[in-house]
Amino acid sequence: MKLDNIYKEEKKSAFAKLSEIIITMASRPSGLIGLSILVFHIILAFISPYIAPHDFKAIDPTLMLQAPSAEYWFGTDDLGRDVFTRTILGGRTALTITFFGSLIALLWGGLLGIFCGLVGGKIDDVVMRIVDAFLSIPWILAMLLIVSLLGTSTEVLIPALGFFYGKGIVRVARAATHDVIAKDFIVSARARGHSNFSIIWNEIIPNVRDAILVEGAMRWSWMLLGFSSLSFLGFGVSPPTPDWGLMISNARGLMSFAYWAVIAPIVGLSSLIIGINLTADAFAKALGIDRSTKAPV
Amino acid sequence: MTDIIQKVKNLSIGFRSKKGDEILILKNISTNIKKGETVGIVGESGSGKSTLALAMMGYVKHGLYTIGGECQFNSSNLLKMKSKDLEKIRGRKIAMIPQNAGQALTPNLKIGYQIDEALQLHSDFDEKEREKKISELLNKVRLPSPETIALRYPHELSGGQQQRVAVAMALAGTPDLLLLDEPTTGLDVTTQAHVLELLNFIAKDTGTSMVYVSHDLGAIAQVSDRIIVMYSGEIVLEGPSRDILKRPIHPYTHGLLKSIPKLSLAGLPESMPGSQPQPGTIQSGCSFFDRCNFSDENCKNNSPQLEFLKDLNTSVRCFNYEKLVNESQASQTINKIKNKSQDKEILNLSEVSISYAKQKLLDQIFNRISDDNPTVKDININIKKGETIALVGESGSGKSTILKSIAGLLRTKDGLIRFDENRNLSSDLKERDPNDLRIIQLIFQNPDESLNPNHTVEEIIAQPLKLYFGLKGEELKKNIIDLLQKVRLGEFYTSRYPRQLSGGEKQRVAVARAFAAKPDIILCDEVTSALDVSVQAAVLNLLQQLKEDFGTTYIFVSHDLAVVRAISDRVAVLYQGRLCEVGPSNDVYKFPSHPYTEVLLGAVLEPDPDIKPKLVAEDIVEERPPEKGCSFQGRCSRIVGDICKKEIPPWQLTDSGNAIRCHIPIKELQKEQF
Repeated sequence: MKLDNIYKEEKKSAFAKLSEIIITMASRPSGLIGLSILVFHIILAFISPYIAPHDFKAIDPTLMLQAPSAEYWFGTDDLGRDVFTRTILGGRTALTITFFGSLIALLWGGLLGIFCGLVGGKIDDVVMRIVDAFLSIPWILAMLLIVSLLGTSTEVLIPALGFFYGKGIVRVARAATHDVIAKDFIVSARARGHSNFSIIWNEIIPNVRDAILVEGAMRWSWMLLGFSSLSFLGFGVSPPTPDWGLMISNARGLMSFAYWAVIAPIVGLSSLIIGINLTADAFAKALGIDRSTKAPV
Repeated sequence: MTDIIQKVKNLSIGFRSKKGDEILILKNISTNIKKGETVGIVGESGSGKSTLALAMMGYVKHGLYTIGGECQFNSSNLLKMKSKDLEKIRGRKIAMIPQNAGQALTPNLKIGYQIDEALQLHSDFDEKEREKKISELLNKVRLPSPETIALRYPHELSGGQQQRVAVAMALAGTPDLLLLDEPTTGLDVTTQAHVLELLNFIAKDTGTSMVYVSHDLGAIAQVSDRIIVMYSGEIVLEGPSRDILKRPIHPYTHGLLKSIPKLSLAGLPESMPGSQPQPGTIQSGCSFFDRCNFSDENCKNNSPQLEFLKDLNTSVRCFNYEKLVNESQASQTINKIKNKSQDKEILNLSEVSISYAKQKLLDQIFNRISDDNPTVKDININIKKGETIALVGESGSGKSTILKSIAGLLRTKDGLIRFDENRNLSSDLKERDPNDLRIIQLIFQNPDESLNPNHTVEEIIAQPLKLYFGLKGEELKKNIIDLLQKVRLGEFYTSRYPRQLSGGEKQRVAVARAFAAKPDIILCDEVTSALDVSVQAAVLNLLQQLKEDFGTTYIFVSHDLAVVRAISDRVAVLYQGRLCEVGPSNDVYKFPSHPYTEVLLGAVLEPDPDIKPKLVAEDIVEERPPEKGCSFQGRCSRIVGDICKKEIPPWQLTDSGNAIRCHIPIKELQKEQF
């Protein structure tokens, strides 16, 4: 029995740390399920252009609303396009846009929150009131405005989504910074004369990183839902780009007799959201953060 | 056997590690608590003393479970009882007084209401009787004017008063057994002495048995009839209090008593090497083996059993206790400190005053602070190169505030801070240049908070080296290892995180970080008060050694007068942000002294049943310093008249060389205090 080892751990490489976190995540059933779903979706997103059996925009009036068959696994839609092809490619669109969107949200929200938490005073007051003002605007209305002004290209959607989902992260990052800021090691760094930048980079970020990452992971799944809602309303990516929200929107009227056209994107969207949520929860638990006590902002 | 009130039999409590191994927190504990006796349980943090006390009221902390044994109260095992039955015992038969009464009292309920609640639960009185009982209880714990206190909220009381309310609530159910978990640890010295005296009185008055858990042998010595010493989850020594303190026959207790600084002795006490093993790490042999001076091969391989010695009426867990039986009192060896201070002045504070008052708009615009009665006022101290000067006082005396201003973390209202006779230091960080920042370094009270938990030891120590000297690569590494060796930590610590270090090791890393900047002055803010006694001595010795090697000047803030006595060359006593007395430490600790110093010295608890604290003044807490006159007028027992209330007392020099600020002539003080 080597109990000594319980209390002795050496510094690990980033890769070793990451793999340890992933192993901890996978050791719970919920984490394992979440991770598998997410990994499945990510792999699918990468390989979908190569495995897609049909052309996603090939319209064929003779093949309208075919039931699932050996040729068309998930059937065809009202324009005769292959639903299977469009579903796997739709995941690619959704994942790419929301992944980069949440990355942007994480970066600006996290950094601004940390900065406000550290600096405090007037600057903090002003910035937080502006953030509060934005929080009070229904995001979907604001998105509609942006999209109608600037169009629905990916270059517009990613930063716009990133901006609207970053507001909440500002608050989380600021609160997490406040927890750390009163600690003596920050006082000590200040007394030594480190610059604000150095304090943020060396002292604060390592201590708030976990909380912000978990928050970012949660935002990702929310953003996915938000992005799909936009598409559903017709303000997401423009046709014929395959997209789940758009597919659901197009097929929902035909649900009574061509259920396959709507079920496939729904399953895709909800499984990805569940996958991300479960993964984020497992991630938080693996890092030792109890998310259940934190109310969403 | 009817007079045994609580019987602990072969109790083991533990938890399961991630790998599924059973790890014991308490190992096979057996003891009895007799009716009317006060038992002190003493040990370092992690020795299992609180777990034992909680088990005595049938409570096992979440995550732990009972592995074997029982706690019998009135011949029923508390640990197997249903929670319904336990409710009837807790509060009525066994009551607990928590460590931090401020947190244990509900903040939005009046004191009287909370006591009434306890009475309703634990007694059968009707409303009229309860009313009477509330004032009776508040009277018993000696709170002034119970009628008004009962209507107050907890935050309106001082820490000592809150603790008294907690005692009153515990007494509401007239319990047979009182469990006290570090009840005086968070309190000021004077308050602590008063609370202990109250507990003594209650024990005698009501005949209640008490179990007093503390890490502080000084407090234990004042209250207990019998002492249980715990180490690493085991009872290592148990016996009558006097015998254990006067003739500790277990090497751990022996070493512990030797490592406590005493008021009567200047100089540093001997330290005990090492630290307590983590639970589960000891496989065979005595758990104290690697720190013991008396150990042999036998101790390494076999675990000693608790052995009852009839002639000494003491139980001891040691093979070699005989070596200690003959050694009468733990003779204390003291490392005399060498005073290497030079005549050169290194830091001078003149007329410094600091205010926490909220600035008015006009003042904010003109960037000035206006406050007629600032928190800290009239501080004039000059500090010589290489000396250790201590600032002492109770909480709220402004000692840490002064430290912050010296470090540049808090703006002063008035006054000058002068370094090296000619350089003025601004009290604003932004106006200091990097070199000004380098020469003054801070060591904090709690190393858990002062070390970034996400940095390795190497990264922590590298910070000042990179910042001030721009070191990189091999040279940086070499310097870090050098520093670690200077604080008696090896090279292999570089890759550890703070959470993998013990309290003493963490503080050493903090010391290394401070010395990394090659500072001239190090500000030590209560650096040993978060540490265990045995570790405290080691850290003090280390600081002294480093000072002798580098010629650094220490400004040492502490509330513990015995620690100050051990390490400092000069002492400045503060009350309400005003200086009361300044002088060489040998003289300050000798009478005559300022009435406040007298109060502080009288309240110090020594681990000796023969030295009782002298309670000179009331333990009132003053919110603000008085506007006029002497700062200590509110509590002074030697007040001479109107002059104390109107005029600021003059500085007087005693024959021995310390300066006292009091209206009473030195000669008279001398007469009264001898």
